[in-house]
Amino acid sequence: MIRKLALSALAALTLSGSPVLAAGAERNTTDFAFSFEGPFGSYDRAQLQRGLQVYTEVCAACHGLELVAFRTLTHETGPGLDDATMRAFAEGFEVDDGEGGFRPAGGPDHFPGSSMENAPDLSLMAKGRAGFSGPYGLGINQLMRGMGGAEYIASFLLGFNGRETEQGGSIFYFNEASGTYVAMNPVLFDDLVVYSDGTAATEEQMAQDVAAFLMWAAEPKLTERKMYGFIGVIFLTLLASLLYLTNKRLWAPIKAAAKNG
Amino acid sequence: MSGIPHDHYEPKSGFEKWLHRRLPIVGLVYDTLMIPTPKNLNWWWIWGIVLAFCLVMQIVTGIVLVMHYTPHVDHAFASVEHIMRNVNGGYMLRYLHQNGASLFFLAVYIHIFRGLYYGSYKSPREITWIIGMLIYLLMMATAFMGYVLPWGQMSFWGATVITGLFGAIPGVGESIQTWLLGGPAVGNATLNRFFSLHYLLPFVILGLVILHIWAFHTTGNNNPAGVPVRTGSKAEAEKDTLPFWPYFVIKDLFALVLVLLGFWAVVSFMPNFLGHPDNYIEANPLVTPAHIVPEWYFLPFYAILRAFTADVWVVIAAEWISFGIIDAKFFGVLAMFGAIAVMALTPWLDTSSVRSGRFRPMFKGFFWLLVIDFVVLTWVGAMPAEGIYTTISLIASAYWFAYFLVILPLLGVLEKPTTPPATIEQDFKAMVKAKTVKSGPTPEQIPAE
Repeated sequence: MIRKLALSALAALTLSGSPVLAAGAERNTTDFAFSFEGPFGSYDRAQLQRGLQVYTEVCAACHGLELVAFRTLTHETGPGLDDATMRAFAEGFEVDDGEGGFRPAGGPDHFPGSSMENAPDLSLMAKGRAGFSGPYGLGINQLMRGMGGAEYIASFLLGFNGRETEQGGSIFYFNEASGTYVAMNPVLFDDLVVYSDGTAATEEQMAQDVAAFLMWAAEPKLTERKMYGFIGVIFLTLLASLLYLTNKRLWAPIKAAAKNG
Repeated sequence: MSGIPHDHYEPKSGFEKWLHRRLPIVGLVYDTLMIPTPKNLNWWWIWGIVLAFCLVMQIVTGIVLVMHYTPHVDHAFASVEHIMRNVNGGYMLRYLHQNGASLFFLAVYIHIFRGLYYGSYKSPREITWIIGMLIYLLMMATAFMGYVLPWGQMSFWGATVITGLFGAIPGVGESIQTWLLGGPAVGNATLNRFFSLHYLLPFVILGLVILHIWAFHTTGNNNPAGVPVRTGSKAEAEKDTLPFWPYFVIKDLFALVLVLLGFWAVVSFMPNFLGHPDNYIEANPLVTPAHIVPEWYFLPFYAILRAFTADVWVVIAAEWISFGIIDAKFFGVLAMFGAIAVMALTPWLDTSSVRSGRFRPMFKGFFWLLVIDFVVLTWVGAMPAEGIYTTISLIASAYWFAYFLVILPLLGVLEKPTTPPATIEQDFKAMVKAKTVKSGPTPEQIPAE
């Protein structure tokens, strides 16, 4: 029976074919080890707080994060700011007060959108850029090594190699992670921010921190989801064992009769 | 219900008799659950229950998702993110629904290929087969329209490409496309009608599923040996069958829970693995994605659609014969729908006198080649339509049609089938004995099938 089941499962797997598909040129992405990878992974709170700092001081100059509400910064499994810190942080932003003016933002308000027209909103960037997983578009790197959009974002931030080109009066910068010239210029350099927890703000450190933060921004319920995953897997394993034994007991007399008859 | 002799429901208490005279609903449920089922069904017969579960799961999660979703081009994308972020358990509901579509199609493909191998489409089960094909078509329509609702880039451009297929119909195509879209291009009207139909069609599928079950309960189940249940007397029938409850219900539930175990792990640990990342970018009519790729379950037929380019000789011939009415684009559309149509016609294309593929030595080889062909089509459908991939998809598409239109009709004449067992009882005994030899002689070690 086990063999049959294995065959059945194999058939199921092969029939499902190739899921996530790499589009376009081979991209040069580094496989960073993030804390949230794999079934046991969860966000590193200190890293998310550092990433929030990089986002606020660097990225937010052009980009937005309009799907993320300030109040979610207090989530235990996320950046885990305390309530007062979160409110003080939110007050640093202004939102439309609905009467033609502006007021300081509060917990329920969202981060502002992008301030530059061609700078995309970053709320879902870590999920929208998860599609480079090769080889042959089979998603194997994503499946086996947990490579996703966060790796792409960190690689992108570190991927500028100094090559530039000019087109129509604008300068474009070559990025090895995207394999093409992009409109964004290199933004990170060592000690660009001063981390309050004393971590050395190297280029690589900042790139990984902000990538982790953007992963959280895109998938804030990741830790909860995995927890339900374990509960479900344990429960279903138990249920399957009981049903296996029930089934075995139920059919035993039928099989015995067939064997002896 | 079926022509197999068995015990029917007898109302006992006064209330049961009173109700039975007015509405025999208890009898209907009883007869449905107690239907005599061939003893020798193997593990490939469990996917029906998985499919029933999928339909119910999709309807239930879908109804709750609708409570929080806004079908408007300006709000749809944000409302899905609202579900993911703010609705209690919303991320689970949404991921269950999204991955539920994949499980649904995985199950339906295995279910269809099981039918193809064991000749489940053959007389007298043609109607069951045809209804099944209609369900499959409606599933594709429902899944396609559901994919448009999150209003991501792939939603928008997938809708543009697929409705464009109807635009390829000569003469009336453009009018049909405009009618489907509710305007000249994919827009708010499209999103609203797709939402409406995405809610409606699952209930049509539910109705067809009831007909599907009714049809095979009338003919009785097929089985791996392909020989019919003996219906001469009740005693004879009971040697070949067991009541569905509890024997097959428990067996199916066990298998269902195993399948769900894998499904739950995918939903919880890698929920976006089967989706396209571009759908996390809001739809933008001004930016076309580099490659527009449908969901994996459409890829085989998408590959067939793209395989017939203008330089293929059959396409050139068709264009010449039809005075240019059938161009390459329209030919591709015909090929895609034709690929499903030939599958629906299998009951009349298969000329063999033997039902089960187990006793057809030549058929087996061609069948497994078809399975490989299907996997290849799935893979090549995801690849860009250039270079070696166009050749591969053309060969794979050609085999798909050849299997149904040439190989199946010819095999009935050319092949010399082996002899199936005379009865299901015999087959079941052989099955149990083969297992016992392998796993040791004591009755305790009999595998639980």
